[in-house]
Amino acid sequence: MAKHETPMLDELVSGPWPSFVDDLKQLAAHRAKNEDNIEYQIPVDVVEDLLGILELSFKHGRTHWKHGGIVGVFGYGGGVIGRYCDQPQNFSGVAHFHTMRVAQPGGKFYKTDYLKQLCDLWDLRGSGVTNMHGSTGDIIFLGTTTPQLEEIFYELTHNINQDLGGSGSNLRTPADCIGQARCEYACYDTQDLCYDLTQEYQDELHRPAFPYKFKFKFDGCPNGCVASIARSDLSFIGTWKDDIKIDQEAVAAYIGGEFPPNAGAHSGRDWGAFDIQKEVIDNCPTECMWMDGKQLKIDDRECNRCMHCINVMPRALRIGDERGLSILAGAKAPILDGAQMGTLIVPFIEAVAPYTKIKEEVIEPIWDWWMEEGKNRERLGELMKRQGLQRVIEVLGVDPDPRMVQEPRSNPYVFWKEDEVEGGWERDINEFRKHHQR
Amino acid sequence: MAFISSGYNPDKPMENRISDIGPRKYDEFYPPVIAKNKGKWLYHEYLKPGVIVHVAESGDEVFTVRVGGARLMSTLLIREICEIADKHCDGYCRWTTRNNVEFMVDSKDKVDPLVKDLEGRKFPGGSFKFPVGGTGSGITNIVHTQGWLHCHTPATDASGPVKAVMDELFADFQDHRMPAHLRVSLACCLNMCGAVHCSDIAILGYHRKPPMLDHEYLDKMCEIPLAISACPTAAIRPAKVEFGDKKVNSVAVKNERCMFCGNCYTMCPSMPLADTEGDGIVIMAGGKVSNRISAPKFSKVVVAFIPNEAPRWPTTAKTIKSMVEAYAKDARKYERLGDWAERIGWERFFEKCELDFTHHLIDDFRDPAYYTWRQSTQFKF
Repeated sequence: MAKHETPMLDELVSGPWPSFVDDLKQLAAHRAKNEDNIEYQIPVDVVEDLLGILELSFKHGRTHWKHGGIVGVFGYGGGVIGRYCDQPQNFSGVAHFHTMRVAQPGGKFYKTDYLKQLCDLWDLRGSGVTNMHGSTGDIIFLGTTTPQLEEIFYELTHNINQDLGGSGSNLRTPADCIGQARCEYACYDTQDLCYDLTQEYQDELHRPAFPYKFKFKFDGCPNGCVASIARSDLSFIGTWKDDIKIDQEAVAAYIGGEFPPNAGAHSGRDWGAFDIQKEVIDNCPTECMWMDGKQLKIDDRECNRCMHCINVMPRALRIGDERGLSILAGAKAPILDGAQMGTLIVPFIEAVAPYTKIKEEVIEPIWDWWMEEGKNRERLGELMKRQGLQRVIEVLGVDPDPRMVQEPRSNPYVFWKEDEVEGGWERDINEFRKHHQR
Repeated sequence: MAFISSGYNPDKPMENRISDIGPRKYDEFYPPVIAKNKGKWLYHEYLKPGVIVHVAESGDEVFTVRVGGARLMSTLLIREICEIADKHCDGYCRWTTRNNVEFMVDSKDKVDPLVKDLEGRKFPGGSFKFPVGGTGSGITNIVHTQGWLHCHTPATDASGPVKAVMDELFADFQDHRMPAHLRVSLACCLNMCGAVHCSDIAILGYHRKPPMLDHEYLDKMCEIPLAISACPTAAIRPAKVEFGDKKVNSVAVKNERCMFCGNCYTMCPSMPLADTEGDGIVIMAGGKVSNRISAPKFSKVVVAFIPNEAPRWPTTAKTIKSMVEAYAKDARKYERLGDWAERIGWERFFEKCELDFTHHLIDDFRDPAYYTWRQSTQFKF
């Protein structure tokens, strides 16, 4: 018998998509039965109360969670988000319902023995409710009490060799795409770079010293499966400089209908026979492809590596061999001044361990500047907007590059610097007046 | 319940403390076929919706079965995933960026038993636990935020609307009939902890009433200067307010300048915005993050407001469904929703999607607004 009636939530058990309500109800019943005789360290009815308070929100059309309090584990300024409900008298099981962020492994690959360890820990010391995964990428443990925080951290670090992730004004847990682990498009090892930087910057991740949050995300190619260009302060996107590799026999096989275009992604509808001219060549944004008889030709110097032709014919076209990545800076969601897309600040840099150039010539100078000049709660993108792309170029000590802009400015209001103007700005007005009367 | 110590000694927090170890290293969890062929994959192919084969230079193949999942997941369900992975996949599995789960096997004959097993598992209410799909030119899982389940600033729920919309779009989770892939995302407030601003279709929670002011407590609970500086439109100023028989330090809000972002509430709990009638959903459309053919772009607001219709958000679900159908019917092969809208023109987009164009949809927020107005005679009747 459920502790709270949930008539509105109950309407979300039908329909084909996995029902989180049924999942939570099963968990609630499982805890109540406790067939495994677990000595639950937080209220056994936590999930019942979670369903109860969610039902109340459905009824009211308003949340019933309060602001986070300052809770955490000793020595860290992130990884735990305090959460309290505003109706503790009726829902005592979720009076404290803190979140813990557990840093996810690269590519979100798992072995089941590890997942079971996490489940055992979270059943004993938490609600058993998780997010797989949070938006930034962490494994999210949803709902435990303050006395359990250190205990969970101790068990994570001592028994599972596992650390917490980031929250607050620090480096958030970096996240990557599946990359070379299972994708032929990946231009660098996203998981290795992600892991390397995560380890290198553990201090920045756990101890808030930044003006605001800071995110790294790693996309192996311009397809951008982890959306780094839209949501990370520094976005690392794989690319290449040399030629797309062409297998002309495979091109012929696509034309002949032996291979399905776009790896079979359009199989749900009859789009007619594959037409390389219409589907590939005419869709090329730089018009750098053509058929020469039966041969597909690419003027690679004109290619902007949009990935379309490769996506359509993955068995015929392959990324080049001179690989590295582009770095874009300043993406963020709308608050405060509107959404920002990442801006290209490094067109190409090699991505080979130990990634010294990426760290010393890009990340650290950017951080030094942002920590010096950034206002409280100012994201990197907002600082860039306030001080200009020219300032970023100065900070990086690189030459301006037309690749960094969509187009040159259409106003001539150049903020010339004194040292750029012959003779400087100090002039003698009396000397001027000798030739120009008042 | 008796307290069970982990070994942690609260009197000596630094004793045996382990910190700064980071996540587990990625390659500890690679299935053998992945470890062996990393960086040497040749190509991939969708064998059917939800089933992908990747072929390596070595000739090895890995077959991936992708299933949808609510990102809100119990340990019971994770244990069931483990059971399936133990049974079919030598104890390995993975999650995708969009909250799908992937089961990988190293030979084709293992695919059908795995798919059959996954499809046979249902929750008591009849929903699939592990629906196979989410690949290619279809509609994959909705990435989303916490909503009423766990967050203090939402203007809508997350898991509820996602369930309702995915039920509506379910056939396309298991199909490849779209002109290109179509990404739907949900953020339950403007903070967008799950950034949705570059999605083909974005569902965004939005407040429409300025903050209430809890004068009695405001100065005690908040740093007033932080609340003031948090406002992007400078609508908040310090104020002395008569409260009972005394004057208290508080703030005043110029309501007509408020853009309802809730940033003040983030800094000051004494300024709540949440409201049953005020809160609801904005629908945005036409964004993308991929660089394919066209550059990444932001989603645009196409429906200014839909009330929160718990528990199943029917208007939201229906509106999205009709946009999806209009796109599916009219767009060219490989054309993303935003590219389609730009090709046919936004005036046509509203017509084809049967959406009203209201004044709310015309940008009036600062300089960039000007560049979104029509500055040519090139339009369609």
